[in-house]
Amino acid sequence: MSRFRPPVWFVLLLPAIIILAAVVLIPLILSFYSSFTPYKLTRPDTLYKWIGTFNYEKAIKSTHFWAAFGRTVLLLTIALNLEMLMGLGLALLVNKVTYGQRALRTIMMFPMMFSPVLVGFQFKFIFNDNVGLVNNALQSLGLTDKAIPWLVDGQLAFIAILTAEMWSATSVFAILILAGLFAVPRDPIEAAKVDGCTPWQSFRHITLPYIMPFIYIALAIRSLDVARAYDIVQIMTNGGPARRTELLWTLIGRTGYIDAKMGYANAMGYISIFLAIFFTVYFFRKLNAARSELGMAG
Amino acid sequence: MAQVHLRDVVKKYGAIQVVHGIDLEIQDNEFVVLVGPSGCGKSTTLRMIAGLEDISGGEITIGDRVVNDLPPRHRNISMVFQNYALYPHMTVRENLGFSLKIAKRPQDEIDRAVDEAAGILSLAEYLDRKPGELSGGQRQRVAMGRAIVRHPEVFLFDEPLSNLDAKLRTQMRTEIKKLHQKVKSTIVYVTHDQVEAMTLADRIVIMRDGHIEQVGTPLDVFESPANTFVATFIGSPPMNLLRGRITGDTISLTDGPLISLPPQFASNVADGQDVILGFRADNLMPVGHAMPMEGAYAEFKMTVNLSEPLGTETLLFGALAGKEVQAKMLNPRPLQNGEQLQFQLDLTRCHLFDAQTEQSLR
Repeated sequence: MSRFRPPVWFVLLLPAIIILAAVVLIPLILSFYSSFTPYKLTRPDTLYKWIGTFNYEKAIKSTHFWAAFGRTVLLLTIALNLEMLMGLGLALLVNKVTYGQRALRTIMMFPMMFSPVLVGFQFKFIFNDNVGLVNNALQSLGLTDKAIPWLVDGQLAFIAILTAEMWSATSVFAILILAGLFAVPRDPIEAAKVDGCTPWQSFRHITLPYIMPFIYIALAIRSLDVARAYDIVQIMTNGGPARRTELLWTLIGRTGYIDAKMGYANAMGYISIFLAIFFTVYFFRKLNAARSELGMAG
Repeated sequence: MAQVHLRDVVKKYGAIQVVHGIDLEIQDNEFVVLVGPSGCGKSTTLRMIAGLEDISGGEITIGDRVVNDLPPRHRNISMVFQNYALYPHMTVRENLGFSLKIAKRPQDEIDRAVDEAAGILSLAEYLDRKPGELSGGQRQRVAMGRAIVRHPEVFLFDEPLSNLDAKLRTQMRTEIKKLHQKVKSTIVYVTHDQVEAMTLADRIVIMRDGHIEQVGTPLDVFESPANTFVATFIGSPPMNLLRGRITGDTISLTDGPLISLPPQFASNVADGQDVILGFRADNLMPVGHAMPMEGAYAEFKMTVNLSEPLGTETLLFGALAGKEVQAKMLNPRPLQNGEQLQFQLDLTRCHLFDAQTEQSLR
């Protein structure tokens, strides 16, 4: 009597397949499916009503959605560039330190140890228009006698969020770039010195190409982080007031869990994913180019 | 066109002094090789000339400029590094032209200089490759090309051949020598390989523990080493050294035979003085298996424990005065290990060193 016996490799892979299906595949399929329904968390039966691409059309036509989308791209661009430059500067400074560098490196990582929610609360206090540190400092220095509405004015709130974001993440760049600086061989730098390079030229022509791969890795990681930015904004402004600091995921989060329109939220989520994918692919391409430039590509 | 002068140059790392007051005058167009065992301070000295290490004391001049506080880029030098130190993200052409590009020379001048250097070092067909796509010897040539495009006053070589295999090393050694004849320039070259030093140098500087032991032409240091260190460091196989004491007009080797005092040292030694007798394998040969020696020689029996046939000659290892001694045989014949032969030692080519100071008694 012959019974079906699955091949050994399949049996061995089965645990992994089951776990992946449970935690990734099924939620993915379910959420994708629900984006084609008017699914509301409060009315489970709506999950079985097919409405085609209605949610997607609604999102694409929504000015709120595109405003949040644009604001996220803007935050991503400005935050990443500034964090990269400041992280690079910080790494170069720390790299010069000979005594107590280990302690400095540890201190440098402190911001990464705080939960973004706490960072949000901290900066919400710092930028508070009545009791906040910034306004107090500005008023004590006599630079202004008004209470600047940091978290109310759209542009100022954007700057406040940007500051919090940079405070918490510049060290990610600094640590990764510092690792890159440690890996730069000494010989080509010395050769450049002998070849007539000023310190700036040595940095520009030799050191920078060596650390570019590290910069791109940091950019790729951080672009994913910022593209899904939620917690700091949620705490500091809750996307408001009046949607002035609305980012993609605060919008999607509110639509899904406060308004309970999960189908619509999922549709916006799937559109937004492309933003993250785009930046990741972009930076990984740059990374590979920078690596093959150095003859490191396999 | 430049001389390099080092006056009482000192290098300290914190409390540790690694170069102890070196004086050296390198003439224009001279090829000087700094040689010594690792840790002797030769690379540090070179890097101080390059400006890659600060000088803790003394003075270095290139041409007629004191360069103590000048950064490398203002010293008009080129350096070839042990690990090539090529720029991995640039093509060979960009590597060669980099220093001129930094100096903001016009593009046609850069192209001409790069083509000229590529011609001298036969690199023309590799110009568009990156260093990662080149073999060790080709990378070494690019490193040398990068040094010559600028026509610097002084070339500095830091053990440039030690990463190459034996065959390539011999070949590149010849190329460096040719290069020096083509590109007239002052060269300071660091190596731990005494063969490289002997073949390349106009003058050799032998260093140990941060001191200069001897400066001289290759023949000088080979023929008349200033002390036992130079005697064993220069020449292969190293010079045989045997302890003994002057008794009248003989040297009584410790636990060994009496040997008549080489005539050239007769007036330089005192009766009862402890000495070290030095001679090279070439000057100790078995009777009847080498050309007969003229002039003063000593004769004694020695047991041959081991022989290494090298083709035209055979290296013999025997025991004399309780120490291993190397001798040579010019007309090889098969030898039994343990065979006892009568040897002749050419006294006119012997060296004598004071046993305490280890300095030559010449």
